[in-house]
Amino acid sequence: MPSLAFDPALDFKLLLAVPAIPLIGYVLQIFLRRRLPHGDKLLTFGMFVVMCLTVYLGAKGLYAAQHGTRFFHQSRDAGLGFGWLYPDGSVPEGQNIVLGILYDPLGAAMLAVVGIVSFCVHLFSIGYVHGDKRYAIFFANISLFTFAMLGLVLADNLLVLFIFWELMGAMSYLLIGHFAHDPGQPFFHRWATWACKKAFLTTRVGDVLLFIGIFILWDKFHTLRFTELWAAAQATVAENGGEFPTWLTWAGLCVFGGTVGKSAQFPLHIWLPDAMAGPTPVSAMIHAATMVAAGVFLLGRMYPLLSPTVLSVVTVVGATTALFAATIGTTCYDLKAVLAYSTISQLGFMVAAVGLGGVVAGMFHMTTHAFFKACLFLSAGSVIHGCHHVQDMRLMGGLRKSMPITFACTLACTLAIAGVPLFSGFYSKDKIIQAGWLQVLDVEHFNGWALYALLALSTAAALTAFYMFRLIFLTFFGEYRGNQERHRFSAMLAREGVEGPDPNEHAAQELHGAHAHAEAGHDHAHGDAQGHAHGGAEHGHAHDTGHRSPAHRVQPIAHSVAHEAHGAGHGGHAEHGHGAHEPHESPPVMTIALVILAFLGVFGGHFWLTSPQTALSGHPWFEELVTVPSLYAPELERSENGIDTTALAKWAAPKLSEHAREHHEHLVHRAHSLAAWGSTLIALFGIALATLLYVLRPELPGRIVGALGQVYTLVRRKYFIDELVEASVLRPTWALTRTLKWFDENVVDGLVKLVGRLNKLLGQLSAWFDKVFIDGAVNAVAMASQVFGAAFRLVQTGRIQQYAAFAVGGAVLTAAWLILA
Amino acid sequence: MGLGAYVAVSAALFVLGLIAILVRRNVIYILMGIEMILNAANINFVAFNRFGSMKLDGQMFAVFVIILAAAEAAVALAIVLNVFNLFDSVKPSEADLLRE
Repeated sequence: MPSLAFDPALDFKLLLAVPAIPLIGYVLQIFLRRRLPHGDKLLTFGMFVVMCLTVYLGAKGLYAAQHGTRFFHQSRDAGLGFGWLYPDGSVPEGQNIVLGILYDPLGAAMLAVVGIVSFCVHLFSIGYVHGDKRYAIFFANISLFTFAMLGLVLADNLLVLFIFWELMGAMSYLLIGHFAHDPGQPFFHRWATWACKKAFLTTRVGDVLLFIGIFILWDKFHTLRFTELWAAAQATVAENGGEFPTWLTWAGLCVFGGTVGKSAQFPLHIWLPDAMAGPTPVSAMIHAATMVAAGVFLLGRMYPLLSPTVLSVVTVVGATTALFAATIGTTCYDLKAVLAYSTISQLGFMVAAVGLGGVVAGMFHMTTHAFFKACLFLSAGSVIHGCHHVQDMRLMGGLRKSMPITFACTLACTLAIAGVPLFSGFYSKDKIIQAGWLQVLDVEHFNGWALYALLALSTAAALTAFYMFRLIFLTFFGEYRGNQERHRFSAMLAREGVEGPDPNEHAAQELHGAHAHAEAGHDHAHGDAQGHAHGGAEHGHAHDTGHRSPAHRVQPIAHSVAHEAHGAGHGGHAEHGHGAHEPHESPPVMTIALVILAFLGVFGGHFWLTSPQTALSGHPWFEELVTVPSLYAPELERSENGIDTTALAKWAAPKLSEHAREHHEHLVHRAHSLAAWGSTLIALFGIALATLLYVLRPELPGRIVGALGQVYTLVRRKYFIDELVEASVLRPTWALTRTLKWFDENVVDGLVKLVGRLNKLLGQLSAWFDKVFIDGAVNAVAMASQVFGAAFRLVQTGRIQQYAAFAVGGAVLTAAWLILA
Repeated sequence: MGLGAYVAVSAALFVLGLIAILVRRNVIYILMGIEMILNAANINFVAFNRFGSMKLDGQMFAVFVIILAAAEAAVALAIVLNVFNLFDSVKPSEADLLRE
């Protein structure tokens, strides 16, 4: 067996190849897509290679961790760095920007996760996106998306990270807006068009903050390299007497602003639910391995720079997000919307974990979550694919019989996300709750925010178990409701004309969120529904060529009504392979991806990449690989001599006195048992509640909704955040644009038109002058010539004798004049 | 006989020649008119030579004029021939190309 020790000479080249493969794939696919009929499979194979590389390199990290050697590699230490501003290296590093690779335990774990999830998403997309008009472009874009995330993970300084960060924002824009170019899908077409804008602009708010943070750090430290930033921050804190200077707090807040935008934290979370407008594999990418993970990853990288104040803010924001997104998740009926809010909630867990000092727990949750959330999203894609692109859970049910593999994968991952013991989510969520308990139990340093976070996170965990099992019960248990519901809804549509079938639930706002857009969508939905009902024949035909019916609740119904009418009218409709309306299992290329991810989603927490001994000893692989000292200590221990700073004390428990250490260990132990039991009970409580409400007493949810009244409406409408944003940001902006438009149309255009009119007037004047005077003069000359010519012409007879007569006459006159004078 | 008689003859001859040039409708007559004018000049030369203080200058000029008139007649007749070829006529009123 070859040694698994890290070899800088070779392995940095392999690390460079990891992002390079998808980049090359992108370039090939985007330029040669017409000549590469199997570009999709080529790219997927490329991702397979990337996955193997990342897993191999990650295994090296784990090997090093188990042998107790340090695993912290920077390409600049091996002489591999690229001076960006001054490539010849003539300038000291403080003024130059050097690009390089940082490969540490966190990077190794994250890289492997991104590689595996991206490969599965590519594989799944072959089946799911097949037949789409922009299939080739989709593959190119998703490859570049992967490239951006891989590059971000490997970056060794903030600037490179920011470049990939922005590239990812641009790619998410393109991928969420995938259907924006496809007018054949009326609803998705419009939704995607503004959803991608919304995602791009909302994350932009965070990106600007992050950029400001980078400016502050560069201004003060003259370096953006992570390791140097950590050391510099520690030194600054030490100089400042153990306190974080105010500007560092502000820089930390700005950096956290970037995380809030990218990782969809309250109040910038609004873009993530709408990111569902993209194809489902894109949602899986965004929600699992890329994009939202980038924000948490950044937080992990910048942890030593965050002051206690910033960490309090991080805790509160994360815990609030976790709780409030979980409550919204309990009320959604759209399959993907439930998962989207669940992602926001889980991201809140990760962020809160970092704030609570459990940076390892947060990062661990990020990796486990990536697997099971990717699997859940791809399963949702499989369900949607199998149900003919219906997304409303009320139109599903009983799918466990027709889609057994998808059901098994979803159930496994639901158990994982719900935090049932022995499933991966339990370990990571347990660690986060433990971090909260640790802060709360430490009575000497009581932290009110931690108490709040602990309560919020525990409630959110219970709600997570509840809404995920609600999803399972609604989708996979009971009877298939697709057909009868369609009849009911179609009757309703016919009866109520253009009115919505379910006005209490604000049908149009279900997916949209933003009120104004919802209004447009509302009208559109009904108009479209009727259009479908009347002219659905083309849609019926288009179905097996990858046509995706509108996701909206009203539309799919109308669509399937039309579909059905068409089928009834033409008898032989079933031949396109979808059966009449029975849901069906997805092709193997999709289910394979599901199974891989489900396996990792279940076992990723504990057994993956580890030896049986470690598994039995209760140390998950991630704990072996990523520990706080392995992340930050290599740089910090240099300047450690005798300096006890709060920055270091944040994580360096060994620095406490003997008594305090015993106390601390005692606390850790208590926190651990409390968290483990608490989490288990909470998860089981949530599952039991979901079973009670959706299996045993299905009439109860309606009564509870009735009892809650306005509260339910509040949650159902997502706390009116979208409306709030619209009122506070969008409406003033629109008003401003209208004012500016008015100004432009009346004042600026008026000025331009005035100048134009003046010029025209001047031109007319000039033309008049030209016509009358200049042309007149020219004409007059011509006329005069003509007149004189005509006159003299009379003299020129050509007769010699006449000429002679004139000459004689002239001579006689001359003579007469001479004589008389 | 005095100078006056000579000059009178010469003036009469000149006027007759001039009238021929202006009035006659045949080019030949016009040429003859020109000859008459030249000879009117010759008479003047000779007369002023006889009554002036010159030696033989007037006689000499008269001889020159005669020679010049002979040459002129040759050229003029050639022109007349060409005119006839061109216009099928020797009437000066027909040859009015100078108008162009």
